[in-house]
Amino acid sequence: MKILVTVKRVVDYNVKVRVKDDNSGVETANVKMSMNPFCEIAVEEAVRLKEKGVASEIIVASIGPAQAQETLRTALALGADKAILVKTDEEVQPLAVAKILKEIVAKESPEMVIMGKQSIDGDNNQSGQMLAALLDWPQGTFASEINVSDGKVAVTREIDGGLETLELTLPAVVTSDLRLNEPRFASLPNIMKAKRKPLEEVSSADLGVDIAPRTKTLKVEAPAQREAGIKVDSVAELVDKLKNEAKVI
Amino acid sequence: MAILVIAEHNNQELGAATLSTIAAALKIGNDIHVLVAGKSSQPVAESVSVCEGVTKVLHAEHEALEHATAESLTAIVVELASNYSHILAAASTFGKNFMPRIGAKLDVQPISDIISVESEDTFKRPVYAGNAIATVQSTDAIKVITVRATGFDAVATSGGSAVVESLTVDGHISQKSKFASQELTKSERPELTAAKIIISGGRGMGSGENFHMLEEIADKLGAAVGASRAAVDAGFVPNDYQVGQTGKIVAPELYIAVGISGAIQHLAGMKDSKVIVAINKDEEAPIFQVADYGLVADLFQAIPELKDAL
Ligand SMILES: Cc1cc2nc3c(=O)[nH]c(=O)nc-3n(C[C@H](O)[C@H](O)[C@H](O)COP(=O)(O)OP(=O)(O)OC[C@H]3O[C@@H](n4cnc5c(N)ncnc54)[C@H](O)[C@@H]3O)c2cc1C
Ligand SMILES: Cc1cc2nc3c(=O)[nH]c(=O)nc-3n(C[C@H](O)[C@H](O)[C@H](O)COP(=O)(O)OP(=O)(O)OC[C@H]3O[C@@H](n4cnc5c(N)ncnc54)[C@H](O)[C@@H]3O)c2cc1C
Repeated sequence: MKILVTVKRVVDYNVKVRVKDDNSGVETANVKMSMNPFCEIAVEEAVRLKEKGVASEIIVASIGPAQAQETLRTALALGADKAILVKTDEEVQPLAVAKILKEIVAKESPEMVIMGKQSIDGDNNQSGQMLAALLDWPQGTFASEINVSDGKVAVTREIDGGLETLELTLPAVVTSDLRLNEPRFASLPNIMKAKRKPLEEVSSADLGVDIAPRTKTLKVEAPAQREAGIKVDSVAELVDKLKNEAKVI
Repeated sequence: MAILVIAEHNNQELGAATLSTIAAALKIGNDIHVLVAGKSSQPVAESVSVCEGVTKVLHAEHEALEHATAESLTAIVVELASNYSHILAAASTFGKNFMPRIGAKLDVQPISDIISVESEDTFKRPVYAGNAIATVQSTDAIKVITVRATGFDAVATSGGSAVVESLTVDGHISQKSKFASQELTKSERPELTAAKIIISGGRGMGSGENFHMLEEIADKLGAAVGASRAAVDAGFVPNDYQVGQTGKIVAPELYIAVGISGAIQHLAGMKDSKVIVAINKDEEAPIFQVADYGLVADLFQAIPELKDAL
């Protein structure tokens, strides 16, 4: 079975982002960028399926600027076989991401697509569900465990009340939650090897997809800051403050 | 045009987040229809019909809707969509699962996790783990929106008198996706997203057993127990305890963080709490930067003391 995995290049999760002075967005110049952590988990899951003999080939795709090549090389070093960069310097919203990925699915015919549940920049949590809808495939979102057998995939999902398991008929789209697995680090030899793996570049125009944004960002502001409070010296003082000053207990 | 809200429920009770979603809908317009899709979900349809602001309840009953899949719900809603200007659901794992699917089927770019309504097409939503707030305007004909419950005060659960209309949904049940099983965490304590007081533990708790200390305090205060990702990953508590960017977003009256360092991903889930208390042995821990009351102490001393003091 062929698996398509999507990887997004985002501001590294350790960076404390700053809103630009003109409120047009957040500062991304000279900021460390990395693979979205949920996408790393998606790549790892595909690699494990390949190691188990369930998957035969792993294709990774990213939509973004030329530098997204680095993100794709990282995925290749982790064990993907082939990469596709859909090059664009525009902001691509999830509907457009889904439309582009639909074309890639048509070209590559994977039986499963594994994506991150959410990008830590846009925090939309949409793209996987939208791709599944456009393909008319079933979806298993927020996965913490997946098991493939007999043309089906059982997906255990992290939901607000606990866990839920769905049985999906393949082909299907799965999106990863944090506890699906713990991604490995790429070894030096694998990083070297990844440099020779195929990386194809296309444009959204080549794929015939209209990526014009549907929502406009009018303004980006910093959130209201909390004032730092006080330190108390003892549990007794804490309880007193909560009772008599804050009046919350 | 009317606004459609999709109700979250367990076939018996309406979820609290839906009341906040109806409140958000009322900031956009005043003809609010609510879809209740379930099995033996009559009690839910009835309680929705008396909620403040609801003008009509659409009630869909089917065996397979006991645990409705995203695929089936999407098919039901897409058929109704042309009657509505906006479609809303809570930004819980329930709403986040199917709303983007509805968006794609309607060729609409959904707007996730709104915290305020600026006008009928313009909304505010947090991005980058809440480190920036974006004001976004939709140009789509139908707006598909998920609502962050902490951004809107719940509507009253009485006073309304909506008509209830039955829907037939037989053709809309997906065969490609089937519910197999679920494992819900049982607890006598309030739900995290509805609790007035939350006490959360982090990696500093050291083990699952030690969480009992927090549970004892929670029971004294009528509080819910939460956790950081590190505590969940370590297996101390189940996944549904996680508070944060990728867990639950909470805003109780009082949030007590015990042995939690205060990573931005955790803060994203709790920094809108009214009063924050941090108990941590490291006085440099970033959690103190958002805490109204900080206690630098070993939790293994402070927590038993706190229990006795309450
Ligand atoms: C402050 C701010 C302002 C913005 N302003 C605009 C604007 O004005 N106009 C505009 O068009 N956009 C804008 N964007 C971008 C936009 O909001 C999102 O980045 C974009 O819609 C993608 O959403 P997401 O990454 O949150 O998707 P999600 O649905 O959260 O992503 C889920 C998964 O989908 C996959 N995926 C998503 N994107 C890609 C990709 N590019 N390549 C490969 N896989 C991918 C990944 O596996 C990912 O884990 C802005 C973003 C921010 C943060
Ligand atoms: C993509 C992504 C998403 C994430 N999403 C979330 C999320 O939703 N929620 C979340 O919480 N995290 C999330 N994280 C993880 C986050 O970055 C932190 O790793 C996590 O919050 C740390 O948990 P912690 O504070 O319990 O542990 P630590 O950072 O290890 O802190 C433990 C604290 O306990 C204190 N301590 C230890 N022993 C004692 C003692 N005896 N008495 C008192 N204090 C003590 C220490 O001083 C320390 O400050 C995410 C990370 C990523 C990359």
